[in-house]
Amino acid sequence: MALKLGVPSKGRLMEKTFDWFGARGLEIRRTGSEREYSGSVGGVEGIDLVLLSAGEIPRELAAGRIHLGVTGTDLVRERIPDWETRVEELAAMGFGQADLIIAVPKCWVDVDIVDDLDAAAAAFRIAHGHRLRIATKYHRLVREFLREAGVADYQLVDSQGATEGTVKNLTAEAVADITSTGETLRANHLKILSDGLIHRSQATLFKSRRAPWDAAERRAYGELTGRLAEFR
Amino acid sequence: MPSKQEVRAEAARLQAFFRGAGVREIEPDVLQPAETLLDLYGEDIRARAYVTADPLKGEQMMRPDFTVPVVLWHVESGAGEARYSYAGEVFRRQERPEPGRSNEYFQVGLEIFDAADPAEAEAEIFARFAAALVPLGLRAAMGDIGLLTAAVQGLVTSAPRRAALMRHIWRPRRFRALLDRYAGRAKVPHARKLLLAALERQAPEEIISDAGLIVGLREPAEIVARMRRLQEEAAEPPIPAHAVEMIDDLLEIRETPSNALDRLRDIAVDLPALEPAVERLERRLDAMRGHGVDLDSVEFEANYGRTTMEYYDGFVFGFYAGGRPHLPPVASGGRYDALTRVLARGREIPAVGGMIRPGLVLELSREGL
Repeated sequence: MALKLGVPSKGRLMEKTFDWFGARGLEIRRTGSEREYSGSVGGVEGIDLVLLSAGEIPRELAAGRIHLGVTGTDLVRERIPDWETRVEELAAMGFGQADLIIAVPKCWVDVDIVDDLDAAAAAFRIAHGHRLRIATKYHRLVREFLREAGVADYQLVDSQGATEGTVKNLTAEAVADITSTGETLRANHLKILSDGLIHRSQATLFKSRRAPWDAAERRAYGELTGRLAEFR
Repeated sequence: MPSKQEVRAEAARLQAFFRGAGVREIEPDVLQPAETLLDLYGEDIRARAYVTADPLKGEQMMRPDFTVPVVLWHVESGAGEARYSYAGEVFRRQERPEPGRSNEYFQVGLEIFDAADPAEAEAEIFARFAAALVPLGLRAAMGDIGLLTAAVQGLVTSAPRRAALMRHIWRPRRFRALLDRYAGRAKVPHARKLLLAALERQAPEEIISDAGLIVGLREPAEIVARMRRLQEEAAEPPIPAHAVEMIDDLLEIRETPSNALDRLRDIAVDLPALEPAVERLERRLDAMRGHGVDLDSVEFEANYGRTTMEYYDGFVFGFYAGGRPHLPPVASGGRYDALTRVLARGREIPAVGGMIRPGLVLELSREGL
């Protein structure tokens, strides 16, 4: 069988992925019409391109349905429990950088570090009768970070989009979200806690530890990684 | 691995040890209100319990243990004193594989709600568990969270500092960090220094409005209050080194119960606030001897029970398979007065209890230790 390489199916992430492979002499092409989700990896025999939404790639890697995949380290850590046992990082690709951070209103002049957030959460719970709410879609990463930091009296509220707006809309007191420039945060009157960096993410080529490998797939993998190593 | 039928039969056999003396056998629901559990344990419980949704009742949680369901049962029944036993499955979500721990397993337990004689109730629980588990020759350990809370309450420092330490009793690392800061051993964060300097020149309200638009539910008055608190905190003298050492000495105790009692009496000479807790321990040890417990075979660890998610705030105990350190405790339990206070909305019902893992009992009795 052919080795399956999962890449993001649209947008800048897809273009950058194609560029990254292209720069290493591995030209990726989408075959058929623009709408068709298939493609080929030029130069190496026996590789099937699988175009997927970036958010689905961690799941497919974890299940071993694709051998290799390109996605953000943030999504892998968030969506795959015990991720190191299921996937392996082959190459950081140098684009798609984004930081998962904790941000609070700028007017909270008394809160600069996670310790302050914990103290503010204690007082907030007494004053308002409920835990201080942090809006996020990165539940696992945020929960693990706050547990390590020993923060209590908070709760996570799910926010799948426009997370920065939740504070102004009074559905959360703080946010944990991805940012690259911090501009959206500033526009929403939020500031990043100075020790509130949870994870620094970038697009990364991952290898599944769960996918079955036959001789042809191994051969294709050897050739692909050989080419990538040459480039370095 | 024993089959489910076998474990159920073992659970029934163990539950029989808890019969008599007015013990009611109850069967709390598997589905519990998620809000109650989240409110108690915080976000961490989501990583450890299965959450499901009911269209009418809202978010539900599959019971991760029996303590909260039994307390809720008791509160609803309105009874004053009561004893309950139960046997059934609990459900634990796992973020990563944990050897020796299943996602669903049986627990058999006994819970005593009784204010009359706490030491006696604690001794009885321990003795009944020891009797049920005697053939396995397990290692027994115990501790008392009440000693640490008494020591914290006895610290000569401000009430807010004591409250902050009390809040993190169950998070040992955070507790340590706070203690170091209050003892003047940790550096004052840079931003805190800047804020304190700004407060010398400007009114807190002004500092807030200079920072930008006011957004969110946390009001300026709350921010001002915290700034005032930070100012007070900066002006407070550090907790003296000898007081921190006393807490360190206390937490290091790992002895036979009678030696531990001697050490605690020594510490209480310098820390009189500890005395009532030491007396409680002494009464408990006497009561345990009265129940025929061989105290020399039990290890007393002052730090015991501080990292479990339970709400234990006094006597704590556990039974372990000595040669198999990776296994979870075969049985564990303790006193949880604070939990009843929260769940009964202020009406405290002193309670002590514990649970046994019948699956583990069966496994150990087959394999030997």
